[in-house]
Formats: sequence, C-alpha cells, structure tokens
Amino acid sequence: MTDHPVATSAKAAFRSTLPILVGFGFCGFSYGLYMHSLGFEPVFPILMALTIFAGSLEFIMASMITGAFAPLTAFVVGLVVNARHLFYGIAMLDRYRDTGALKPYLIYGLIDETFSILGMGRVPAGADRRWYYFFVTLFNEAYWVLSTAVGAMFGEDMPFDTRGIEFVMPALFLAIFVSSWQQERQHVGSLGGLGITLGCLLAFGTSHFLLAAMVFIVLLLLLFRKKLSTMTGEKA
Amino acid sequence: MTTLQSAVMIGLAVLATQLTRWIPFLLFRRKTPPVIAYLGSVLPSAIWGMLVIYCFRNGTLVAGSNGMPEILASAVTVGLQAWKRNLAISIAGGTLCYMALVQLFFPISG
Repeated sequence: MTDHPVATSAKAAFRSTLPILVGFGFCGFSYGLYMHSLGFEPVFPILMALTIFAGSLEFIMASMITGAFAPLTAFVVGLVVNARHLFYGIAMLDRYRDTGALKPYLIYGLIDETFSILGMGRVPAGADRRWYYFFVTLFNEAYWVLSTAVGAMFGEDMPFDTRGIEFVMPALFLAIFVSSWQQERQHVGSLGGLGITLGCLLAFGTSHFLLAAMVFIVLLLLLFRKKLSTMTGEKA
Repeated sequence: MTTLQSAVMIGLAVLATQLTRWIPFLLFRRKTPPVIAYLGSVLPSAIWGMLVIYCFRNGTLVAGSNGMPEILASAVTVGLQAWKRNLAISIAGGTLCYMALVQLFFPISG
C-alpha cells in the first residue's frame, strides 16, 4: 500500500525540519528559561511564542515588558526587527498563491526558518506541495512553542552540556548560502547580499544595519534587473 | 507594569510582526507586478547572504578567542557543503565542531 500524499508530505516536512528541531530545541528552551529567570509564569512565554512567533522579538519584548509601559515603542520595534519578513513574503507570493484555505496559516507562520526551507524552492518527491508547505510551517511552530514550554517549566534542571549548540542556526544559513551558490549561474545576489549587509553592519552598527541593508539590496537587484532577468530566465 | 499593559505591548508587537508577513500578500493580491516577481526570484540568494551576516552580527561568544571557534566551525560547514552537497551533514558537522571547540578548547564560563 502506498502512503497517502498528506502523510508523505508530513514525513518529508519532518525530515526537512530536523535541523530546525535541533536549533529551536535550544533557542526556545533558552527563551523559556530566560522568561522564567525574569520571574514570569510559564503561560507568558508560551503565549508569546504562539502569538509573536518571532524569536528575536520575543527576547526583546521579554526585557521591554519588565520596564516602562511603551506601546508605540513595542510596535515600532516589532516592525523594524521583523522588516526582513517582507522579503520572504515577496519571494513566496506566487508559490503561496494557490494554497487556498492553508494560506492564512502559511503567511502567519512565515518565519526565518520556514522560509529557509521553503525559499529554496525544492519540494521532496512524492510530497504534495501545499501540504508540504503547511507541515513545514506547523512543525517549526510546534518545535518553537514546545521547547519554550519545556524551558519555562523545567529549564533549571537540565543535566547535559549544550554549550555551543546555538551554532546550528548560523550553520543552517551558511550551508543554505553555499548550496544556493552551487546552483546559481551568477552570484550577483549572493555576493550583494553578503557584501552589502556586512558593509551596513560596519557602517551602521548592530541595531540599525538590517533595514539599511534591505534598501541597498533591493536597489542593487533593481540596478541589475536587465542583466539578471536575461541570465536567469527562471525562478530562483 | 500591570498584566493588561504587558498584554497591550505584546499585542502591538504581534500586530507589527504579522503586518511584516501579510503586507506583500495584501498589496499584490491579484497579479504580481513584473518587477515584484523579478525581486521574488532574485531575492532569495541575497537573503541567504544577509542572514549569514545577521547570525554573526554579535561577533564571537568567547572573549579573547578572536572569533576562532566561529571561523573554524564556519569553514567546516562551508567545506562539508562544498564537498558532500548535503545540508544535514554540513549543519551537523559544523555544529558539532563548534560545540567541541567551545567546550574543550575555548571554554566559556557558564
């Protein structure tokens, strides 16, 4: 008996998201533990993991809600910290177009790590594209929320040495960068993204570089539009 | 801060985050304009480069190491990917290498 396409998609999504399970296992755990150390009941980090669902902003909000009431700051910081998600939406516009009832959930959950898997554009053989998108998004969210809950509730008594495991996220993006490099015929985008972001980091510092980098990346890509359109002629 | 005030701030952070995810889909509901479709196809390569720098924005974890653990583990990750072309192997290899380095050779306190 062959597997149902939905089951095949779920299995494929689980395999694709294994590195995220490791990374989130660590990051969510640390986030839950951090909230616990600030004196919050577990329900706070768990609800924040579910609703904000953007790791770096959750850490920032954790420290903000221990300070003064600043609603406008919370909103603006949220926009600035997560502005990079605009890029993911633009890149996934056409692929998410025909996803029907799943679409609102896919958009709600379009985090860095989900984009890192779906943005590569490969859907494993035998999987249904739309269900694969759904399960990748769902599994990533489940890893994040569950590991946050474990960190918030049991974080204080973990027996093993996990120092250094946070490198799984940089390793993920590095490996994807190299993999994308291996598949492209020209490297304008890869080099531009790397060089511009590095330049902006050096020029503007850690808190402001990302927005500047996004503007310059778009300008660069628009500048090379003629050249890149004829050279690629296909979906990246 | 009261619980209600915390909830308001968290709610606004949620709204801001969701806006960044929904705006492209709300703006281009019917047809994707050609320039946006072009950006959608060329942006991913640039985004991977951007995210690599983003991950390393805070420099090194280990004071006084000059970033050696990060440099070595990154080299292992890139090397494995170039050689084996398998994401899982590259990610696992790079991470295990980094864990060994910071636990055995460049100990961080705590």
